[in-house]
Amino acid sequence: MAGSQLIACHECDLMQREVPLPRGGVAFCGRCGAELYRSHPDSFERTLAFTVAAIFLFAIANAFPIVGVKLQGQVIQTTLFDTVRTLYSEDMKSVAVLVFVTAMLMPAIKLFALTYLYLPLRLGRAAPHFALVFRMLRAVHPWSMVEVFLLGILVSVIKLENLASVVPGIALWSFGALMLLMAALAAVFDPRGLWTRMEATR
Amino acid sequence: MTAPVTAASLGLLGCHVCGQLSRGAAHSHDACCPRCGAPLHSRKPDSIARTWALLIAAMILYIPANLLPMMYTSSLFGSQADTIMSGVVYFWTSGSWYLALIIFFASILVPLLKMAVLLFLLVSVQMRSHWQPVQRARLYRLVEVIGRWSMLDVYVVAMIVSLVQLKALATILPGPGAMAFGAVVVLTIFAAMAFDPRLIWDPLEEERG
Ligand SMILES: [Zn+2]
Ligand SMILES: [Zn+2]
Repeated sequence: MAGSQLIACHECDLMQREVPLPRGGVAFCGRCGAELYRSHPDSFERTLAFTVAAIFLFAIANAFPIVGVKLQGQVIQTTLFDTVRTLYSEDMKSVAVLVFVTAMLMPAIKLFALTYLYLPLRLGRAAPHFALVFRMLRAVHPWSMVEVFLLGILVSVIKLENLASVVPGIALWSFGALMLLMAALAAVFDPRGLWTRMEATR
Repeated sequence: MTAPVTAASLGLLGCHVCGQLSRGAAHSHDACCPRCGAPLHSRKPDSIARTWALLIAAMILYIPANLLPMMYTSSLFGSQADTIMSGVVYFWTSGSWYLALIIFFASILVPLLKMAVLLFLLVSVQMRSHWQPVQRARLYRLVEVIGRWSMLDVYVVAMIVSLVQLKALATILPGPGAMAFGAVVVLTIFAAMAFDPRLIWDPLEEERG
């Protein structure tokens, strides 16, 4: 056991020895049950691939209308940024900021940080300010709420169906796919493997 | 079974951000993680006081969030103000019971549950309780996972307000309840972050001396 590393549980501080895991295995804390680490097959490559795909979907989701409403022959369409702007002008600045930060800014920072950390490492070197960007990625994590936003869109579409006919836009499908990709990213992201790889370049 | 050993009892600090263990004085305030540079603390500083402050603020705002209208609708057929609960009732009576359940769960039950769990964790930690630490640790993890879903109603108001701009047919304006509700969600997320789950386990160490 001399070679295995000691780790502390982040939720209860218990010291434990790292044990090798089978492919896809997960290690839990022996005392509090928190997830300590997992072994992802091809975590590095998959994280990078999912990130690149997510950036495309995120761009589409922001550039195109999410939904349109047909009212008296007129079609009103709204993109995510239109929504934020309307709220801002309706004197709901705090709600506008909240939507902007959780549905646009934080997911954007998250995808940027992942690319910044993973892409240079893929080419064999660590990006400058690696540690700083890694800390940013961890700080952003609880505030990126793409999946909740998607459910919010769906509920409001159903709510508006009674008032007018609603036409789903391209961005709605993109948000759906983006949500799935974000969930896949969360499942394969392996911070320990990332640091191991980063330290190997030194 | 051997007695559990914590990082703190060995004079080690685990990094909150990257997990790296490093040696450091438990009470120094300027230690940084040697790997990622994040500030190191044996336990989150002033965790209990900060969690209390954020939780109390969230509880106070929860009242206007539920009583004040989330949305004002005015059309040819009259005007109405919708609170969260009236939105739930509307969906329930109009036959969309599944939507009523989703909104009830995300906007009413989740924030209440989250605040109750944090309150319970704070009180039990301050009483240095030994009761069911594994279950309390689970409750904390549950709160972290479900808390974000309360943002749902804020997004619904945002989408509806921006879609219905044709003033001739109906005007929908966001109400102050949406602002209060958004604040509750943000405050409870900060409160859950401020709470240090390791405090649940510390009283169990001291017993052994
Ligand atoms: Zn643990
Ligand atoms: Zn660190």
